Amino acid sequence: MMDAILNWCDNLLENDIWFYLITTVIKLVLMFAVILAFVVLSVWIERRVAGWIQDRPGPNRAGIPLTLFKRYGSKEKQPLKNLLHYFGIPETCWIARLCTWLKLDRDIPTFGLMQPCLDGGKLFLKQENTPSYVRKLYFTIAPMLVLGPPMVAAAVVPFASSASTCWGDINMVVANIGIGPLWIFAISGLSVYGLTMAGWSSNSKFPFLGGLRATAQLISYEVAMGLSIIPLLMMFGTLNLQDIVSNQAANGWTLLPLWGEGLSLQRWAMMVPMALSFIIFVTCVFAEANRTPFDMAECETDLVGGYHTEYSSMKFASFFMGEYAAMVIGSALVVTLFLGGWSIGFGIDEALAAWCDWVAVICQFLMFLIKLVAFIFFFVWVRWTLPRFRWDQVMKLGWLVFLELAVANIFLTAAVLYFIK
Amino acid sequence: MSYIKIKRPKFSILDKVYVVELVKGLCITLKHLVLSLLGKTPAKKEFNGKGVGACMPFPEQRWDDRMPEYYRGAPTLVRGEDGRERCVSCQLCEFICPARAITVTPGEVSPESGCQKQEKAPREFEIDMLRCIYCGMCQEVCPEQAIFLSKEYLITMTDRKNAVRNKETLYRLGGTRKGLVNKWNQYK
Repeated sequence: MMDAILNWCDNLLENDIWFYLITTVIKLVLMFAVILAFVVLSVWIERRVAGWIQDRPGPNRAGIPLTLFKRYGSKEKQPLKNLLHYFGIPETCWIARLCTWLKLDRDIPTFGLMQPCLDGGKLFLKQENTPSYVRKLYFTIAPMLVLGPPMVAAAVVPFASSASTCWGDINMVVANIGIGPLWIFAISGLSVYGLTMAGWSSNSKFPFLGGLRATAQLISYEVAMGLSIIPLLMMFGTLNLQDIVSNQAANGWTLLPLWGEGLSLQRWAMMVPMALSFIIFVTCVFAEANRTPFDMAECETDLVGGYHTEYSSMKFASFFMGEYAAMVIGSALVVTLFLGGWSIGFGIDEALAAWCDWVAVICQFLMFLIKLVAFIFFFVWVRWTLPRFRWDQVMKLGWLVFLELAVANIFLTAAVLYFIK
Repeated sequence: MSYIKIKRPKFSILDKVYVVELVKGLCITLKHLVLSLLGKTPAKKEFNGKGVGACMPFPEQRWDDRMPEYYRGAPTLVRGEDGRERCVSCQLCEFICPARAITVTPGEVSPESGCQKQEKAPREFEIDMLRCIYCGMCQEVCPEQAIFLSKEYLITMTDRKNAVRNKETLYRLGGTRKGLVNKWNQYK
């Protein structure tokens, strides 16, 4: 029986199409889980870091709710005893002993990590209030349009190199296509439809202004964003993100060329246009993700709540999550293009891959997550440092500074590539 | 009309590029972050802080001893040193209360109180703590110095009915005040 099942699996996986399908689904689920986990995590990072920067502890109370059960029992600080009592379990049975051994008999500090989960639960339970004057259909579609695109855009971000199995190689990216960054720009650009639609269908003035601002801002910054990575593509000569990262793993990260071919004069001369590109790109990612200092679309001081003024409950939460998902994807893209993606660097990748490619894949995946967290921290750090720009300043910066700089940067890169060998 | 020319600061090119200033700003916030993580925020002692940042973890640690004299907490009724109910149910507090939290039901003064001169005393005196805004107008308007704002600030209740404090509770919370109001003393 067991043999038959294993044989069947073997036959199934030997078929190329099934192998591709099954591995893709696994990668898809993994990527999706990572993004959703990071949305939650980045909310926590945001609130904690905001607290620390403002000399507060931030949300640090929410823990594993064993403490809740204090209320049901006496006032002594033995949540486990009360918990057992609550469920009618005797105190000497093996469950109790196991819990004691696992140190569950006291409050479990989670440093407030439970807070985002509890917030989510709260938003689920809140009253859903849809004003009577809105356009119902578009009003309902809008939050989905905001949350969806970042999830889809994640498909082309490589999270590790490839690993081999007895049925074939697995490339650790959901969709290994040759148009990586273009795919992300195209798809994440779609999320602005959600904001615009929300603004328009809310049928009141502040959301409408928010939607308009979101559109104008996206157009302004998408141009500079697209142009700013052209120098990078000129250097790597490919649009495939997995190839770009492999190249960086072998020859030094874009902003840290310290090994391989990265030590050449040309690569060091390229640091100038690359740094410029990095600054423009990161700023544009901030603008794209609607983060402070560019959160003109929801600008609570002049637009109440911007495009999501009329939303409540889970619909609001999907806007909220969409914003953070966009931030996670933006960070992933910056990490992939400029900070070496999954590569550990200093030639460790190759050594690990030569030893055991699955170990290498796991290490690279962890490295990718670490870099992602670090860049999300940077996002948050900037948010709590800079005040919001004025609307005309945002437009001016986009059209009069970044666009010109990005175009000039392309020529600068071309000159470096041509003259310095 | 003469006008004053405001002197605008002149920005150098370095300021206009903005990147340097940005980095400076980031450094400032990072300094705060690191200091609060290490628990060395400068104002920590001043704010009675504990752990991360300068914050006082509230329910465990309190600041009651440093509360100012003029703190306005929950309003209470007080008795004089002689144990006499000071309130004569003139209802001025009820009329002045901007939130209409106070309801006074006037009544005769009880014969055993030993102070027949004041004629009236509240039969019931209710303050709805859900309405009270702690403005202190009742205290200010009271001609008998009978109502005072206490320093009680933790006012929580499980339902609306519990929010209404009756006369008995108010007197219990208020206690006695020193300083005689001799107006009603018949031997004086």
